[in-house]
Amino acid sequence: MSTQQSGQHSGQQFRATERIEAPQGGPGPRHSPMGGMVGQKAMSFGPSARRMVARMAPERAATLVVLALTLASVAAMASGPRLLGHATDLVFRGFLGDYFADTPADRLPGTARAQGVVPGVGIDFDAVGRTLVLTLLVYVAASAASWAAGYVLNGVVQRTVAQLRREVEDKIHRLPLAYFDRSPRGELLSRVTNDIDNVGQTLQQTMSQLLNALLTVVAVLAMMVWISPVLALIALVSVPVSLLATKAIMGRSQGQFVAQWRRTGQLNGHIEESYSGHALVKVFGRQEEFDRAFAEHNDGLFEVSFRAQFLSGLIMPTMMFIGNISYVLVAVVGGLRVASGTLSVGEVQAFIQYTRQFNQPLTTVASMANLLQSGVASVERVFELLDADEERDPTGAGEATAPLRAAAGVRAGEVAFEHVDFSYDPDRPLISDLSLVARPGQTVAIVGPTGAGKTTLVNLVMRFYELDRGRITLDGVDIATLGRRELRRRTGMVLQDAWLFEGTIRDNLAYGRPEASEEEILQAARATFVDRFVRSLPEGYDTVLDEEGSNLSAGERQLLTIARAFLTDPDLLILDEATSSVDTRTEVLVQQAMAALRADRTSFVIAHRLSTIRDADLILVMDAGAIVEQGTHTELLAAGGAYAALYRSQFAG
Amino acid sequence: MLLTLLRARLQPYRALLAVVLVFQAAGVVAMLYLPSLNARIIDEGVVTGDTATIWRLGGLMLAISVGQMVCSLVAARAGSRTATAFGRDLRRDLFHRVGSFSTQEVQRIGAPSLITRTTNDVQQVQMLVVMSTLIAVSSPIMMVGGVVMALREDAGLGWVLAVVVPALVVAVGAVIRAMVPSFRVQQTRIDEVNRVLREQITGIRVVRAFVREPEERARFGAANDDLTAVATTAGRWMATMFPLVMLIVNVTSVAVIWFGGHRVDAGETSVGALTAFLSYLMQILMSIMMATFMLMQVPRSAVCADRISEVLDTEPSVAPPVTAVAPDPARRGHLDLAAVGFSYPGAAEPVLHEVDLAVRPGETVAVIGSTGAGKTTLINLVPRLFDATAGSVRVAGVDVRDLAPEVLWAQLGLVPQRAYLFSGTVRSNLAFGSPGASEEEMWEALEVAQARDFVAALPEGLDAPVAQGGTNFSGGQRQRLAIARAVVRRPALYLFDDAFSALDLATDARLRAALRPVTRDAGVLVVAQRVSTIRDADRIVVLEHGRVVGSGTHTALLADCPTYREIVDSQLSAEEALA
Repeated sequence: MSTQQSGQHSGQQFRATERIEAPQGGPGPRHSPMGGMVGQKAMSFGPSARRMVARMAPERAATLVVLALTLASVAAMASGPRLLGHATDLVFRGFLGDYFADTPADRLPGTARAQGVVPGVGIDFDAVGRTLVLTLLVYVAASAASWAAGYVLNGVVQRTVAQLRREVEDKIHRLPLAYFDRSPRGELLSRVTNDIDNVGQTLQQTMSQLLNALLTVVAVLAMMVWISPVLALIALVSVPVSLLATKAIMGRSQGQFVAQWRRTGQLNGHIEESYSGHALVKVFGRQEEFDRAFAEHNDGLFEVSFRAQFLSGLIMPTMMFIGNISYVLVAVVGGLRVASGTLSVGEVQAFIQYTRQFNQPLTTVASMANLLQSGVASVERVFELLDADEERDPTGAGEATAPLRAAAGVRAGEVAFEHVDFSYDPDRPLISDLSLVARPGQTVAIVGPTGAGKTTLVNLVMRFYELDRGRITLDGVDIATLGRRELRRRTGMVLQDAWLFEGTIRDNLAYGRPEASEEEILQAARATFVDRFVRSLPEGYDTVLDEEGSNLSAGERQLLTIARAFLTDPDLLILDEATSSVDTRTEVLVQQAMAALRADRTSFVIAHRLSTIRDADLILVMDAGAIVEQGTHTELLAAGGAYAALYRSQFAG
Repeated sequence: MLLTLLRARLQPYRALLAVVLVFQAAGVVAMLYLPSLNARIIDEGVVTGDTATIWRLGGLMLAISVGQMVCSLVAARAGSRTATAFGRDLRRDLFHRVGSFSTQEVQRIGAPSLITRTTNDVQQVQMLVVMSTLIAVSSPIMMVGGVVMALREDAGLGWVLAVVVPALVVAVGAVIRAMVPSFRVQQTRIDEVNRVLREQITGIRVVRAFVREPEERARFGAANDDLTAVATTAGRWMATMFPLVMLIVNVTSVAVIWFGGHRVDAGETSVGALTAFLSYLMQILMSIMMATFMLMQVPRSAVCADRISEVLDTEPSVAPPVTAVAPDPARRGHLDLAAVGFSYPGAAEPVLHEVDLAVRPGETVAVIGSTGAGKTTLINLVPRLFDATAGSVRVAGVDVRDLAPEVLWAQLGLVPQRAYLFSGTVRSNLAFGSPGASEEEMWEALEVAQARDFVAALPEGLDAPVAQGGTNFSGGQRQRLAIARAVVRRPALYLFDDAFSALDLATDARLRAALRPVTRDAGVLVVAQRVSTIRDADRIVVLEHGRVVGSGTHTALLADCPTYREIVDSQLSAEEALA
């Protein structure tokens, strides 16, 4: 089980690294992954396990019921063999009574006398029957209690896991965006999917068995001591021996398991690379080399996983052997004691059954050790996520009310930066003392080289990150007091990364405005040239986009995200490289559509292709986190500064 | 599917499996012998008060225990070896099969899915093999042996077996039957929950920008509730299993004592035999339970086996020629496409239709067109990442389908649209193109690709580490390194698939100028969206919906190809304004 787990981890990791795009304006995050959030920490088994158990507190009543029921079931189950043994004794006594029918009572062998044999008195089937009916009732009660306990416990486990999942999902919405930048996406995904699944499975598989095993050991031990303290002592010796043997084997196998996970990781990495660079490997004639490396990793994995498998496979036979030794000892010593008249045959028979019942939970616990370790490791990773610092004011319940949009009957949307400082990483200041004003309805274009802070700037407008100093206002209200919801509700954003979810095209378009009418959706689609290609799809607007988005081209996906923003009819529009994957002829059309969209609202536009932003009301030229030039296209060209140089280089042909 | 796969794949390990079988059988027999010894201790020792016999039989029991453990160890070793070797072979064959695939198959199944199949799915099936060598072998032996031994102890109670064994099988089977569909549904719901979470994390900015947290919470909540509901159902069935089995087992032991007691009374059996019978019965029932637990694993493994078999059974659509033709050395650097067409199987519209195109050494031919015009498909036909479905693609005068793949690829320098770098160092990535390249040649290639400066600026220079995919370099840097990787090969034919898109125009221009002397004797095919990248090409081919709608120089096309003019207008109007 855990083998598969590790495979999934790295599988996820791969898919995510494929998609990771570092935030354009922020060179910080990618190069300085914060410690502590990434990677496997050393395990602290005890505290994490306790914390998980503590999480079941809301289920306290149910848990008590489970405990009581399990105790009842175990006690009943434990008294079964004793009752059966008593029945056997009755049979045996009657048998000997027949056997010695002609022997006078005082001439009976010592054994028989000790068993209470009365010559001539055969098997008392009434007594046997009564005992057996009682046994039957006890067994039925034991199973019923065990079933009820399992039923209730199942509910407890499922509700606890569901709650854990809910909290993790909730946490996702409350984490600051910086957290997502810092943690490798695959790592995070792995926590919220694989690790939680693993926790659920571990709880489901171990809880009832552990509880049962623990109580059984205690109950059975009590019964054994009751029957014969001497035999109980013999059986008890097997406990430390079993523990020592298990520990010795697991100590060895653990090393092999660690090596196995490492090897699995290496092999997965190699496979991922080979498959994702499939065409390159072929065309550059590197297939043989990759085959060779694969064979090496594959054989290495085989060697260690064989050893790990074999060593962990030793546990069961060893435990069984130890069990058998104590079984033999109990039989021999028990036999001797019956011969000497200290014990009855039925008692020995019961005791032998107890020995089995006693050893079985020990084996169970030993075989679950690996599972438990892996489950606790997972729950610890989930807790790390839950403990991460949250975004300030996560609910977005800002005090300030929405400023005067409808009141004046005109669109508002003045955005002002006042002496803004910001950095992703305190050691690397990115934006310092930045001030600017975008008047309502203006189109502000931001240009500059990669890493200049363009995307960061618009991210700050959206309040995806918190400022280090200064403030940003929307219609004169500090956005930090406005509440994120209100702020974002008034903002439409088209990102470079064309994210769509698995669902129909229609649902994706309406993502920002679920209540939009069919007509509104169609209108937005037509305005952004989405309608054209959607109609050519066999299912039209009902086409279900798959997760990889492989049924649409990158350009088409981008158009969908433009239409999606179009439909929300925002006061403030942010276009971050929104047309980079659209071919230029389509782009011209989209530009026209967006020009209409931008007409009476404030827009921030980031673009590589300068031709697309010449009409902007204000062009900001950024470099190294600062605005080095600003003005209109004509002004900036005339100034002959950075913008003019950039512009010429683009059209140097 | 699962069975076929197992049968074929375990064939080479027959000897090891035989060892597993023999030693498991021996171990089980030893285990089965123990209760009868116990019975003899009671009958021959306890009842008669013969201490010596008790000791003798006890010693024998111990010796048999040792033997049983040794058998188990040998079987465990052989079993582990078989299972892990099975996994290794399966992974190897999958890897080689995928290696033989063309891009078409890789695209169809998807690289992430192929990875999962080669790793996780194999692991799942391997787990089943491990369990089989432990349980599937010992269970039936234990059951049959148990029945034989029990009947030997007291044939008169045989009818109890005839009632209980089927009862247990039916009861356990019924629970499993009820449980398996729940498990299946549970798996798809887990996938669903994970998908929602994955979407939320990858789309976190969009979710926040559109203030969709409440809806996302609701969407997740619904998925979570669905999952919890089915998991609860499945869990209930699971919780039923153990009590049910215990009930059957326990009722049976009560019955044995009752009916056995009468047989003892009638002198038909001994008390010792009764005890032994009970022990055997327990073992039989346990073996049935173990077997059913293993059977529960089967559906899941079967799904994995299906997915594995699908890969193994997929024939690569691009096969090497039976008899390869040697390329014509006089036509080095020649590329000719004649009436080439390509369509995906079952697609209504062809991706490419009747495309003609020729490249000669020293010539640069450009292909331009909108997204989805078929440009990438066209370039992929040359290295046979796809095979044309009509017409012919000829490299060095020979149809690519007649060239040995290694010979064909040795002629080509491909720079794909997505600049993928392999983990290692800058050096290892350049050596990827040409393993024997000297340091000097590498720097030359970097120089041409306009990558010299930034590589030289790295503290480790050529030995600077490259992360998987090249994620530690910017898009433009990746692209330039990918170009250098192709240049270092000095191929006869360069294939650039939109390989300059992440470069700013100045770098783009410098790179093209630096390429000119390098490609004096080589053919160059460039696919691009940007007119400035290709306006100096010797010939420009304009693709529209998979068809050639114009071909010629920039000036000629401007004059007589409306599509080209539209593309140019959309991009160069600014420049004209400037001029």
